[in-house]
Amino acid sequence: MGYATPRMTRAPLPSAAPIPPLRLHTTGETTLDLIAGLGYFGRQRQAIADIRGALRLWRLGATLAWLDVKGRYRGSMLGPLWLTLSTAVMVAALGFLYSTLFHMVLREYLPFLVLSLVLWGYLQTLVTEACLGFTQNDSMIRAVRMPFSLYGGRIVLRNVIVLGHNVIVIFVVFVIFNAWPGARVALALPALLLWLIDSLALTMSLAAVCARFRDIPPIMGSIMQIAFFVSPVIWRPELIHRGAALLPLNPFYSLFEIVRAPLLGDIPGGIIWLSALAYSGVLLILSWLLFVRVRGRLAFWV
Amino acid sequence: MASVDAEHVSVDFPLYHGSARSLKRAMFAAASGGRIGKDAHKRVVVQGLRDVSFHLGAGDRLGLVGSNGAGKTTLLRTLAGIYEPVRGRIRVQGSLNALLDPNLGMNPDLTGRENISLRGLFAGLGRAAIRRLEDDVRDFADLDEFMDLPVRTYSSGMVVRLGFALATAIHPEVLLMDEWFLAGDAGFMEKARTRLETLVRSAEILVLSSHIKDVVTRWCTRVIWLDKGRIMEDGAPDEVLGHYLAASEAHGDEKADAKPEHAALAGKALAQPAPRDEAALTSVDRGDRR
Repeated sequence: MGYATPRMTRAPLPSAAPIPPLRLHTTGETTLDLIAGLGYFGRQRQAIADIRGALRLWRLGATLAWLDVKGRYRGSMLGPLWLTLSTAVMVAALGFLYSTLFHMVLREYLPFLVLSLVLWGYLQTLVTEACLGFTQNDSMIRAVRMPFSLYGGRIVLRNVIVLGHNVIVIFVVFVIFNAWPGARVALALPALLLWLIDSLALTMSLAAVCARFRDIPPIMGSIMQIAFFVSPVIWRPELIHRGAALLPLNPFYSLFEIVRAPLLGDIPGGIIWLSALAYSGVLLILSWLLFVRVRGRLAFWV
Repeated sequence: MASVDAEHVSVDFPLYHGSARSLKRAMFAAASGGRIGKDAHKRVVVQGLRDVSFHLGAGDRLGLVGSNGAGKTTLLRTLAGIYEPVRGRIRVQGSLNALLDPNLGMNPDLTGRENISLRGLFAGLGRAAIRRLEDDVRDFADLDEFMDLPVRTYSSGMVVRLGFALATAIHPEVLLMDEWFLAGDAGFMEKARTRLETLVRSAEILVLSSHIKDVVTRWCTRVIWLDKGRIMEDGAPDEVLGHYLAASEAHGDEKADAKPEHAALAGKALAQPAPRDEAALTSVDRGDRR
């Protein structure tokens, strides 16, 4: 896997003739129309315009996300594969430890653990970075008008790229234990799509709320830590006997299960999908209302 | 046709500090009916702009004058769509570029080429145009073999040249410019002036914030004098500048050149046909906006 950025190579051109300036023309088009005191729908229109703008600039977002990943590992031999390696070491260590502690068969436990840890690693990094989403880009936000959803998209995208590198560990574990789940893998696709949408909603809300209240990042850190232990991430949900029926009340459980189960060859139950969809719906609605409400104020907060 | 309209625009800055930034305090205050952490809701608001209205059409060159904190930069940011008005309306027609921060989005860990490419993507340029942008900026900023090295390794002069070259490479219809943008690095001042002039000439509308009389008289066809976020006067450069300077002198302070030397130097560089004291320009400080 090469990490040279495409379109960055170029044969040197003779630079004798001055290069004519690049002109931006949008003849007659309204580039900016900001009206204060709009009602909900007016603000919603502006929020939609923000998302449209981000989609128009998707190449910028993708390049930024890619350069973020690349930049973090510039100069290191393995590049982002360092992440893969550290995930592999962690999975191996925890796998042996917990399979002993919980008296589990390694070949049943490890495929479960690797999926959980990779997904959790993604979620946790996403939350941490989302909290800094706007505050870290304050000088950019105050220097140029750029769609706010582009900042969010960039964070999600770069974490998806990192997730993509970690898939290698999952793949290796599955090969070692011959745990290929078969055609049911396809069931994980809608789940991953849901994750992607939720990630964006979560990133945008956290970034906005953290721009306003500066004590949220540590609060989120504690919440995530508690969630890690109370949710079936490293322990299998089957280990709970009493109150197993209550598990779908934990959004982390259902969201993890809809991805994990198909990859382990199971079909997640209807109640799990219901819970995942319900929590996602609530998240989406709340984050949309929040975005519509605060978008115009974000530049003042950062 | 490009146009810029501001209708009764007001902008407020909430000043959040200390406990107003804390969710825990805010929640305590709400839960205890405001008895604990009472100050969580006391928001200090500073008015940036008050009831600002004007219209600019193609060919207009507007200068903004006023003392520090009069709202010049806030107005530029509002016109650029960075700050959204709290009251009133802003309408801009035509492509827009705001030169407010010389190192806008410049990432020191990325190479010069990557930084240029990002700026091109932001402007929505295609691949061919980005390549042209790279060539243009490299030639102007004399980057040559440094193009593929991280900006971190550049000399400060090179960073300034790269920032300037990038900012002035794309010609918009509506150009918003903060005064210190006229500052530069000695060796390339002459070249920079020509480049800046081309940029300004090709824009249909210019809004320039400046302290320096000479710059304003040279570039602008209309001047707005801002004070404490309000328009004090709006009219022909000579007239408004005369009143503004008279008022600042009457106040007994040096508002007219409150932003010290470097701004004046930068202004001189543009106002004079050729800068005599190029050496002095090297000391220009470009990062004092925040």
